[in-house]
Amino acid sequence: MITALLLFWPALAALLVLLIKGQGAKKVAFVAALVEFALSLFALSAFDTQSGALQHKLSLPWIESAGISFSIGMDGISLLMVLLTTFLVPLIVLSSYKHEYKNPNVFYALVLFMQTGLIGVFVAMDAFLFYFMWEVALIPIYFIAAVWGGANRIRVTFKFFVYTIFGSLFMLAAFVYLYLQTPGTHSSDVNAFYQLTLSAESQSWIFWFLFIAFAIKMPVFPFHTWQPDTYTESPAQATMLLSGIMLKMGIYGVLRWLLPVVPYGVSQWDELVLVLAIIGIVYASIIAIRQRDLKRLVAYSSIAHVGLIAAGIFTLNEQGLQGGVIQMLSHGINVVGLFFIIDIIFSRTNTREITSLGGITQNAKMLSIFFMVLLLGSVGLPLTNGFVGEFLLLSGVFQYQAGFGAVAGLTIILAAVYMLRMFQGVMFGTKSEATENFTDLTFNEKAVLIPLVVMVFWIGLFPNTFLSISEPAVNNLLSIINR
Amino acid sequence: MTSIILLSVFGIVNLFAGFAKNKQVLLPLVLVFLAIVFGVNLLDWNNTQTYFSNMLTIDNYAVAFTGIMTLTTLLLLPFSQKYISNNDANLGEYYSLMLFALVGAVMMVGYENLIMLFIGVEIMSIAMYVLAGSDKTSLRSNEAALKYFLMGSFFTGIMLFGIVLIYAATGTFNITEISAAQASALSEGLPDSIFVMGILILVIGISFKISAAPFHFWAPDVYEGTPTLFTAFMSTVVKTAGVAAFYKLMVAAFAASYAAWFPTLVAITVLTLVIGNIGAVIQTSFKRMMAYSSISHAGYMLMALIAFNESSDKSILFYSAAYSSASIAAFGVLKLVQDQRRSHLYEAFNGLGKTNPLLAFTMTVSMLSLGGIPLTAGFFGKFFVFSAVLANPDMLWLVVLAVVLAAVGIYYYLRVVIAMYMQPAANYDTIRVNSFSSFTLIVLTVLTILLGIAPALVSELL
Repeated sequence: MITALLLFWPALAALLVLLIKGQGAKKVAFVAALVEFALSLFALSAFDTQSGALQHKLSLPWIESAGISFSIGMDGISLLMVLLTTFLVPLIVLSSYKHEYKNPNVFYALVLFMQTGLIGVFVAMDAFLFYFMWEVALIPIYFIAAVWGGANRIRVTFKFFVYTIFGSLFMLAAFVYLYLQTPGTHSSDVNAFYQLTLSAESQSWIFWFLFIAFAIKMPVFPFHTWQPDTYTESPAQATMLLSGIMLKMGIYGVLRWLLPVVPYGVSQWDELVLVLAIIGIVYASIIAIRQRDLKRLVAYSSIAHVGLIAAGIFTLNEQGLQGGVIQMLSHGINVVGLFFIIDIIFSRTNTREITSLGGITQNAKMLSIFFMVLLLGSVGLPLTNGFVGEFLLLSGVFQYQAGFGAVAGLTIILAAVYMLRMFQGVMFGTKSEATENFTDLTFNEKAVLIPLVVMVFWIGLFPNTFLSISEPAVNNLLSIINR
Repeated sequence: MTSIILLSVFGIVNLFAGFAKNKQVLLPLVLVFLAIVFGVNLLDWNNTQTYFSNMLTIDNYAVAFTGIMTLTTLLLLPFSQKYISNNDANLGEYYSLMLFALVGAVMMVGYENLIMLFIGVEIMSIAMYVLAGSDKTSLRSNEAALKYFLMGSFFTGIMLFGIVLIYAATGTFNITEISAAQASALSEGLPDSIFVMGILILVIGISFKISAAPFHFWAPDVYEGTPTLFTAFMSTVVKTAGVAAFYKLMVAAFAASYAAWFPTLVAITVLTLVIGNIGAVIQTSFKRMMAYSSISHAGYMLMALIAFNESSDKSILFYSAAYSSASIAAFGVLKLVQDQRRSHLYEAFNGLGKTNPLLAFTMTVSMLSLGGIPLTAGFFGKFFVFSAVLANPDMLWLVVLAVVLAAVGIYYYLRVVIAMYMQPAANYDTIRVNSFSSFTLIVLTVLTILLGIAPALVSELL
C-alpha cells in the first residue's frame, strides 16, 4: 500500500500544482516533494532489511485476460533507488528557487509527474508496467528540457527523445517476446521472467534488445552521443533530474530486467560490455579534461563514472553489484551537487567557461568548501562517498580480470585531473571580470547543499547503513543469475 | 441489422431536413441519430443473426466495429460547425452522405457474401467521392474527387474481377461455402490457379481501399485536397471498415489457402510500413503528413492481420479505436487551426501552446498516441499488434522493422509538438473555438488516455 502511495502521490500533487498560478507553485511542489520523502522514510522504517524478498507488495489485475498485472513492490535495491529519488527531488525543487521560470505551475507539475515515472520504474515488478513507467518518466523531462532549455534546445532534445524511444521500443519487443515464452496463459511478472529457460541463441539477441535500451539511458559508450548536448542545453533542474536520477533507470533496468532474465545472454556478451564500458571511462575522461564549459565537463565525467558502474555490475560478483548500487547513490548525490554549484556560478556570472572564471574562493568561502567536498566525493577520495563505490567496483572488475581493472583504475587518476583542473580554474587564481562581485551562498542554496554534503560523508564513513539494505537483495539477485 | 436500416432512414431524413431554413437544427439532429444508432447497435451484442438469406451476419465482430465507427463519426461531427455558420446550403447532404458511407461501412464488417462486400464498398466509396469534392470552389478538392473517383472505380473493378474469379473456381459467393469448397479442393490436392489468382486480385482491390502500399498513390493528394472534416472521416471510418472487412475475408473465406496469400500480404505490409513512415518524414504540410501517417497505420493494422491468430481481431479492434480517437482529435485541431490561419503547414501551429493551451495539449496527446507512447491508447495498440505478430517467433524481423519505423514515426509526430510549444507565435491570434468543439476535444483526450490506462475496456470485447 505504501508503495502505491509513493507512486501516486507525486502525480496527484502534480495536478494540484497545475492549478496554482504564479510562483506559489514552487512552494507547493517543495512541500509535496517533502511529503513524498517522509513517505519513503516510512517505507524504510517498515522494511525488513534482513530479507532479500520483495516487500510492500501490491498486485492488482490490469489486463486480466492477458496476465498483465499492476504489480509493484520493493526489495533493497528498489528501496535505495526510491530513497535516492525522494531525497533528491525536494532538493532539486529547492534549487530552482532563484529561477523565475515562465509558467511555473506547468514546470513543477512536470517535475512531480516525472517523479511518479521514476518511482514507478524502480518499484514495477511487471515488465509492461516497467516499460510504461519508463516512458512516463521520459515525457515530462522531454518537455522540461525542450521548453525551458537553452538556445539549441529543440534540436538537442529532439535527438534525445528519438534516441531513447528508439532504444526502448527494442526493449518493448524483447518484453513481448519473453512474455509470449511464459507458460500457460502468459504472464509478464518479473518472477515469471526469471523462471524462463530460453535457448542460449535467443538469450543472445534478447540481451542486445534490452541492453540497447538500458545502454542508451545510462549512457554507455558508444550510445552516449545524445548526453553531453542534452545536459548542456537543459535547464539546471532538468540536468539534475537527468543525471541524478534518470540515468539510474538504465542501471537499475540492467540489474532487474537484464542480468537475471537472460543470464546466458549476459555470459556471452559480458566481456564486450566491459570493454565498451572501460573504453567509455577512458574516452570520456580524456574528453572531460579538454572541456572548457563546466556543464559539459561534468556531463563527460558522468559518462566516465557510469562506465565504471556498468563495468562493475557486468562482472556479476557481489563486490561489483554492491559497488554499483552504492555508486548509484553516490553519483546521484555528487552530480546533482556539482550541477547545482555550476548553476549557482552561472546565475551570478552568466558564464560557464572555465577561462572566464577564477578567484571565486576569495569572495565565497562557503561555496568553495561545499564545492570541494562534492568534487572530492566525485573523484573518490577516501572518507567520501565516491571512494566506497569506486573501491568496490574496481575490486569487482579486478576479480573479473586484472587487466580490465588496471585500465578502469585510470578513472581515479583522470577524474582527479579534470576535476581539480576545473576547481583550480574556477575557484583559484585572480578574479576575472565576471567573478568580481561574486556573492557567497544564500540560505536556500545552503539548504540544498548541506544535505548533499552530509550524505557525501555519511556514505563515505558509514557505507554499511546503505550496503546492508541492498546486500540481501543483491545476493538474491546473484542466486537467480547463477541458477 | 437495425442499425443499417436506421442509418439509411436517418440519411434520407437528413437530406430533407437540409431544406430547412434554420441550419442550426441539422447538427443536433444528426448527432441524435448517431447516438440512437450506437445504442440500437449494442442491442445486437451476443445475439448473432443472419439476414437476407445469408447475405449479412451481425455478430459481435460486426457490432464492435460498427460501434467504433459510429462513435468515431459522432465525435467527428462537432467540428463541422463552421459549415453551419457559413450557411452552406448543402450541409444536409454532407451529413446524409456520411450516414450513407456509414451504411456501407457496416455492411463491410458484417457481410457474409462477397456481393454484399462489394455493395458495401461501393456505397461507402461513392459517398466518399462526393465528399472529397464537396468544396466546390477549391481546385484541390475537385482534383481530389476526380482522382479518388477514377482510381477508386478502377480498383473496384479489380475487386469485382477477383470476386468473379473466385466464383468461377468455387461456384459460390458465400464466404463460408468458399471456405468449405477450397478446403475440399485442397484435400484432393488440387492446385487451383484461378482461385489463388482471385484471392490475390481481391487482396489488391481491398489494399487500395485501405491505402496500403503500393496501392497508396492516391492517398496523399486526395487527403490533402479533401476538406479536413471528410479527410478525418476517410482516414478513420473508411480505414477501420476496410481493415475489418479485409481480416474477415481472410479468416472466414481464405484461411485454408493461408500459404498462397501470406507472402503477398507480408510484402504489402512491409511496403506500407516503410513507405508510410518514410514518406511522412519529408512532408512540410501537417495534413499531408497525416495522410502518410494513415498509410503507416494501415501497415500496423495489416501486421495484426498477417499474424493471423486468435488475438488478431482484438488487436485490430483496439488499434482502430486508438487510432480513430487520436486521429479525430488531430484532424479536429487541424481543422480549427486551418479555418483561421488558412494553412495546413507545420508553421500554422507555431505558438499554439501559448495561444490555445487546450488545442495544443489535445494535439500533443494525439501525437503521442499515434507515436505509440505509453499513457496513451496508441501504446497498447502497438503492444497488442506486436504481441500478435510475435506469437510466431519467425516473424521477429517484422517486429524489429516496425520498431525501427515506429521510432521514425516519433520524429514526424513530434514536429508539430515542437511547433506548438517551442516556436514563437509569429503574431498569430488565438484560435476561436466554440465550447462544443472544446468539449469534444476533451472527450477525445480523455478517451485516448483512458484506453492507454485501461485497454481492457476495448481489447476484451472480442
